[in-house]
Order: sequence, then C-alpha cells, then structure tokens
Amino acid sequence: MAADTQEASVDSGFGQISRTKDVAFRLLALAATLIGIVSLAALLLNVAVDAVGWLDWGFLTNPPHPNPNNAGFLPAIVGSIAIMIMIALVTFPLGVGAAIYLEEYASDGYLTRFIQLNIANLAGVPSVVYGLLGLGLFVGLFNIGYGSVLAAAFTVSLLILPIVIISAQEAIRSVPDSQRQASYGMGATKWQTIRNVVLPRAMPGIMTGTILALGRAIGETAPLIMIAAPTTVFGVPNSLLSKVSAMPLQIYNWASYPQTEFQYGVVAAGVVTLLVILLTINSVAIIIRNRYQQRT
Amino acid sequence: MSQPDFSHDGIRTARGTAFRYLFMLCALLSILTTVAIVATLLIDAIDFFATVSPVEFLTGTRWSPTNDPVAFGVLPLISGTLIITLGSALVALPIGLLTAIYLSEYASERRRAYLKPALEVLAGVPTVVYGYFALVYVTPALDTILPLSTFNALSASIMVGIMIIPMVSSISEDAMSAVPDSLRQASYGLGATKFTVSTSVVVPAALSGIISSFILALSRAIGETMIVAIAAGQTPRMVDLTDPAGMFLDSIQPMTSAMVQIGTGDIVGQGAAYKSLFAVGLTLFVITFVMNLVSELVASRYREVYR
Amino acid sequence: MSRDTTAPLPTGLGRRDFLAAASVALSGGMAGCAGVFAEEGNQVNIAGSSTVFPVTEAIASAFSEKNPTVNLSLSKTGTGGGFGNFFCAGRTDINNASRAIADAETEQCGENGITPIEFQVATDALTVVVNPEADWVDCLTVDELRDIWRAGGAERWSDIDEDWPDEEFELYGAATTSGTFDYFNEAIIGEEENHRSDYHATERDRTIVQGVQGSEYAMGYFGFSYYSENPDSIKALSIDDDGACVEPSIETAMSGEYTPLSRPLFIYVAKESLADPAVRDFARFYMERAATDLVSEVGYVPITEDQRDENLAKLDEAIAEVTE
Repeated sequence: MAADTQEASVDSGFGQISRTKDVAFRLLALAATLIGIVSLAALLLNVAVDAVGWLDWGFLTNPPHPNPNNAGFLPAIVGSIAIMIMIALVTFPLGVGAAIYLEEYASDGYLTRFIQLNIANLAGVPSVVYGLLGLGLFVGLFNIGYGSVLAAAFTVSLLILPIVIISAQEAIRSVPDSQRQASYGMGATKWQTIRNVVLPRAMPGIMTGTILALGRAIGETAPLIMIAAPTTVFGVPNSLLSKVSAMPLQIYNWASYPQTEFQYGVVAAGVVTLLVILLTINSVAIIIRNRYQQRT
Repeated sequence: MSQPDFSHDGIRTARGTAFRYLFMLCALLSILTTVAIVATLLIDAIDFFATVSPVEFLTGTRWSPTNDPVAFGVLPLISGTLIITLGSALVALPIGLLTAIYLSEYASERRRAYLKPALEVLAGVPTVVYGYFALVYVTPALDTILPLSTFNALSASIMVGIMIIPMVSSISEDAMSAVPDSLRQASYGLGATKFTVSTSVVVPAALSGIISSFILALSRAIGETMIVAIAAGQTPRMVDLTDPAGMFLDSIQPMTSAMVQIGTGDIVGQGAAYKSLFAVGLTLFVITFVMNLVSELVASRYREVYR
Repeated sequence: MSRDTTAPLPTGLGRRDFLAAASVALSGGMAGCAGVFAEEGNQVNIAGSSTVFPVTEAIASAFSEKNPTVNLSLSKTGTGGGFGNFFCAGRTDINNASRAIADAETEQCGENGITPIEFQVATDALTVVVNPEADWVDCLTVDELRDIWRAGGAERWSDIDEDWPDEEFELYGAATTSGTFDYFNEAIIGEEENHRSDYHATERDRTIVQGVQGSEYAMGYFGFSYYSENPDSIKALSIDDDGACVEPSIETAMSGEYTPLSRPLFIYVAKESLADPAVRDFARFYMERAATDLVSEVGYVPITEDQRDENLAKLDEAIAEVTE
C-alpha cells in the first residue's frame, strides 16, 4: 500500500489508476455497510408476508393450541411483559446505584478499576451461562421454582445489569462538573447534589439505556430454557411463582412443530409480534433521548 | 475524580454515608455475580470431573452423553463451535471492517446518522428470530445451489455473522475516529488518495482497536446459543481436516447447542450426563472470559496511545 | 432426600449452602425490589412425553378458554425426564407418559410421598417413515427393521435387499430418554440386541420430519400424529409382523391389526395434587375430553366411552380420598 502512495505522487498516470481503485473501494465499503441491513430487510419482508393471515386478533388473544388455526400467543405476551416489568424493577435501582457509586463516590483505585473491568467482562458472558447461574442460584439455592416469573426475571436481570450500569455511568458522566461544583458551593452535601443535580440531569440518559437493555431482555431465550421454563403456558401468570412462558420461548417451541402452517404461519406471526413490541420499546427509548437532546 | 471535592459529607454524615454504602453494595453486586457464576459452574463441574477425568473430557473425540456407550469428549463440540466461529468470522470481519472504514472515512455526517442506528438494529434482533430465519428462509434458499442438510453450519454461521457485524463495525469505527487527523492530513499532503489513507494509515493506526473488536465479536459468536440450537443441528462431530468446507454443509453441534439439548430435559437424574452441562458451561465461560479480557487489554492500549 | 431421587434441577439443599453467604446480598437486593412474594395458587404443572404433548395441549387449550384464571404450564421433557426430574420430585401435578411408569420411578415417587394414578388417554401408532422419493420400499418386516436399527446391523439399503440402492442410511430417531425410544426398542429391537447409537437422536419430532424430508436415503420413526400432519412430505411404511403388510392408520391401530407398533398413551396424576381444585377440575375435564374428536384431530386414537367412564370412576375415587 505504501507503494501506491509513492506511485501516486511520482506519476500522474498511476494516480489515475489509484483514483479508480479509490472509487471501487468506496463502493465496496458502501456495499459492505449495506449488505447486512439489506439482508435483514429481505428476511423481515419475508416473515411479514408469511405472517399475513395469521397475525390477527385471535392470535393475540388465544391460548396456544396444536391446531395452527386456533393457536394463540396471549400467555407468551403476558409472560414476557410480566418478566420485563420485574426486570425493570430489579435492574433500575441496582444499575443506577452501582453507576452512582462508580461515578460519584469511588476513588480511581484498584478496586474501582477491578469492578469496572469486571462489569465489562460480565457484559460479554454468554447468555446461556447466565441461564446456568439462574438454575443453580434461583431455581436451586433459593428454590423459587423452575421456570417461575421470579426465577426468569432475576436470571435475565443479572444478564442485563452490566449493560444498565454502563449506560447509566455514561449518562452520569455527561453531567457537567461545573453543576456539581455549583451545588457544593451552595452548601449541598454530596447526596443532595446527586439527588437534586446529577440524577435529574442524567435521568433521560439513564432511562434510555435501561429501556434499550429491557429490549435486549425481552428477546432472550437461552436463559429461560436453562431455568426449565415450560414449553407452553395456558392462562396468565397469577403469582410471582407462576410458571411463565415468554414470546421468544414460544417461538422457539413452535418452530419445532411439524406442520408447515406453524413454520411459515404461526411462527411468522409470533416473530412479527415480538419485533413490533421490541420496536415499540426501542422507539420509546429514542423519543426520550431526542427530547432530552433538544432541551440541552 | 481528581477535581477538588467541595462536598460537605463531613458535616451531615449519617445519611450520606448510608447512601454511599448502599450504592457501593450495588457496585459490588457485579463482583458477586461473577463469583456466583464461577461457583455455580465449578460445584457441578467438579462433581462431573470426579466421574470423568478432565483429560478424558478435554481430549476425547466422541460426545455421547446419553447413548451407550457414553462418552464425554468435548472436542467434537469445540469443533462445532470453531466451525460456527470461523464461518461467522468470514462474514463479519471483512464486512464489519469495511463498514467501519466507510463510516469513519467516507460517509457524510448525515449518512452516518441513519446508517449507524440501522446497523445497530442487526445486533438488536432477538437471536431466536435469526435462528428461525436461518432454518426457514436461508437454508431452503441456499439448498437450491448447494447440497445442504436441513440442519447445517452454513446458514447458522451466516446468521451469526450478520448479527455480530455491528460489534466489529462500531468498535472499529470508534478506534478509527480516534486516529488524529494530523496523520491523515500528512498523508494527503504526500498526494495519497483516500483509499491509501484508509488502508495504509488509518487501519494500521487503529489496529489495536480493530483487533479488540474482532476478538469481542468472535467471543460473542462462540457464546451464541439460539441460532445454532435451531439451525445448526444436533450432531456432535470432529472437524474433518480433509474436507473442512464439507463441515459447513452438514449438521454439527456447538457447545451452546449441546447445553440446550441437555438443559431441555433429555436427561434423568443427577448423573454425569447432567453434570456435563456445567462442565461444558465452564469451558464456554473460560474461553469467552479470556477472550473478553484480552479484547479489553488490547483496547486499552489504543485508548492510551491517542488520548 | 437422597441425590438419586431428586431431579437434575438442583434442590435447595446441601452442598450449595456455602454459596448462600455470598449470595445474601444478591438476593436481598433483588427480593427487596421484587415486591411481595405471592402465594402459589390456581396452578397446574405438567411435564413429560413429547408424544402425549399435543393431546394435553389441545385439552389444556380448551380448558383454558373456560378457566382463563388458571395458570397451566406444560413442558416437553420426555416420559423419563418428566417422571424423574419433575413428577416424582414433586414439581409437577401431572406427567404425560408414552409408556407405563417403571418400577424405579414408582419407588422414587413413593420416597417423595407422591402417589401416581394412571389413566390411559389415547392410543398411538408408531410410524416408520422414509422420504417420498424412496420408491423402492413400501413395507418392511419386523426383522428387517431390527436389522436397520440394531447396533452392528445393516449400514446400507443394499444390505437389506440387493435391489435397493447402495447408499448408507441416514437415520433419525427418538432420544434415549423418550418413551418413543423405549417403545421402539422394546417392540422392534428386543432384549438380545441393542439400539444403534449412531443416528440423529432428538426429542423434537420436527427434527425427524425435516431430516427425512431432506434426504432420499433417510429413515425415521415417531408417533403417528406427526405423520398424519405431514402425509405428503414424508412416506409411512407398512409393517409386516406376521406375513401381511399393515399400514399405520387410526383404524388399524384401533382394531389392533397394526402390530407391534401401536401403543397406549397415558397421563399420570399425583393423587396428592388432587387436593388442589384447579388440578381436580383439569383432570376431570381431561378424562371427559379424551374420548372425543379433540384426540383424533391431533392424530391419535381416542379411548372408548367405557374406558372414559372407568377413568372418571377412578378419578372420583381418588378425589374422594384426598378431600375427606
């Protein structure tokens, strides 16, 4: 490549060739950027077309059934939402608490760096391993029932906690230091400063990060499989210890049904429902972010 | 945290201290999580290694936890994981790198503003959906030109590859953006084209960030579960060195998929077959943990160089 | 509770205790945010055979429409996995079973104070299937089947009949923990031989259908319902037990002609669970519906009305005992 540089500078003829190469490379890079997006768009189009005729009111309000025409998604939708609410209740305070400690209290010492490195590493642990953790810890040690709402929520909470912490840290870090100093200058304590100055300013960012992490949580399947969540659930969860199904889990199980009506109909409807709910969640996060950006 | 601290915790301590420790507890929870993961995996893995020697586990070439004669050699599963990782690397690394170059060096601010979120969507699609896509759309489409099994490594690794593109591109792009403009200007001053600047100046300068992104993305591919569980099959096989390409056309079984198979209740009782779940889990955890650590260390190098 | 009688799902007892200390903060933080732990109620848990799964799913779906507040969970674990890990460990109320409960399982249940009550709910015909392209074969004798599926037997189609293709079998069968495997093993392979282990073993019948669809030289076996749902994409073989080829169908299974591959399907209800009104209602609903079209619609043979009345009598007797 160094040779190209020399050629370009020595002789204009080679420079011409280089410019052709330049254009070709630019197009190649653009094509590479688009190929993933285009492939996904094509697949989404396929699944949307397949879902037509299957995704109807009955599908959204019926319990599952072995006959594809009667099969419904309701318990899985309700289960996913129940798990998600629990996850939000668990991860939000814990994640924000950890982020406040790391950004506002902790000194830049060995322990802090260790915690920070550990959080980064936890974010990269495969979800199926979190499933084993949930199996050992929540189903085993704490005995809160295989495949229960609580076991599922706690397991997935641990999985997304690192993501929540990291995004909350970024939000807190983006609050200008001058504002903290001004608060201290008026005689506020550290806690008052955090509560009255830092958190209100960082909250939109924290909310955005948490909601995006919940989007990740709602699509998780492997941890639920490992804590022995049931194949199918009828009726809605009536307690925190109820067995729970979730949208991705129901999709996984339907994908193994033999009839093509399931493969190219019911499952497609399930996939579209899951993606629409996911899209809604992420849109909420983006709306919060945009409002916040306009204000500052 | 080096700015002077003008807070007055010393005056009204009680509540301040209480909150300080409460928050610290939250932060320490992450360390507890790591300890709990290691403990959970170790307790049952140690039980497992009491019946099956670690040597047999790590060097055995047959994986058959339930069928007589039972065998607990993890190598066929690691082979399966390697095949998926290799396949997804072939997809994601070049595409991700080119994407990063395009975003960092070529794309206008406006174009970047909608391309980046669009790319992030690739990583946001639930993996079970990718698995379903691989099984019902990708495999039948590829089957028209290749002699594919219903379950095969090819479609699964393509899908894993697409999923990890944004990991490669976003971290690599960050590293490229951190390359000082002075280097680019100097190069343009010598008459270099944008192509030359990108490939001969920016990429080498951002190399540690790029490598870090590669390692992180591959670690993600190794741990990916649902795509392979749905689309790659359940046939633990050693890599056939005489025909590595043939491996892609057939059904294989990576580590994660074997874990799902054991975890879905095919196994009765507390025997070695069940405990093997934790031994495989431990193997997977160690591999991905080391890779994430290495990636973090490599990444911290580039941060220091250009800060 | 000894470790042998408990499930793979770890119980809360024993060696993990030292983990407890390290985890107190973890659970404390989480439980605090989790709100109130509600009572478990109105809950029916079912695990077990994937063969019986569609029957129970259909009946549960109908039940759920009338009783939407009952939370009914259904897991596909294989008959043995269901008994060993869930039912006899006291984790489920009902187990789907494609074979009768084994002595060891009854014993395990007894140790944990669980009394299983058996109800036959349908009849199944195990179906041997090949790819529709495999036009050379329509019927196999039991001996030929045994030769294909035993360890150390035939490897290629031509090993069975010289006129058949000189190609290796691609075999798809049930996982060893499934009742389907046990049944096939018992009915075809017999005690003197072993079922081969170099085949694609799976709990997911879908995998078998897909595998057989995918290769001209493939063969697989599973419950009749999976065939009846895919009659065009795969081909069922007739079975020759004593000189005449009999094709698998609801009629031949019901008449008893389709031997040796037709079998009864059961559910086992834990007598102790019948104290719970939700389990009681569901069990009664199940028994009433097992004699109806709900069962034949998913591809099995329904029980007769006499059998239904017998089941209901047995159920009422058990309910009377636990609710006294």
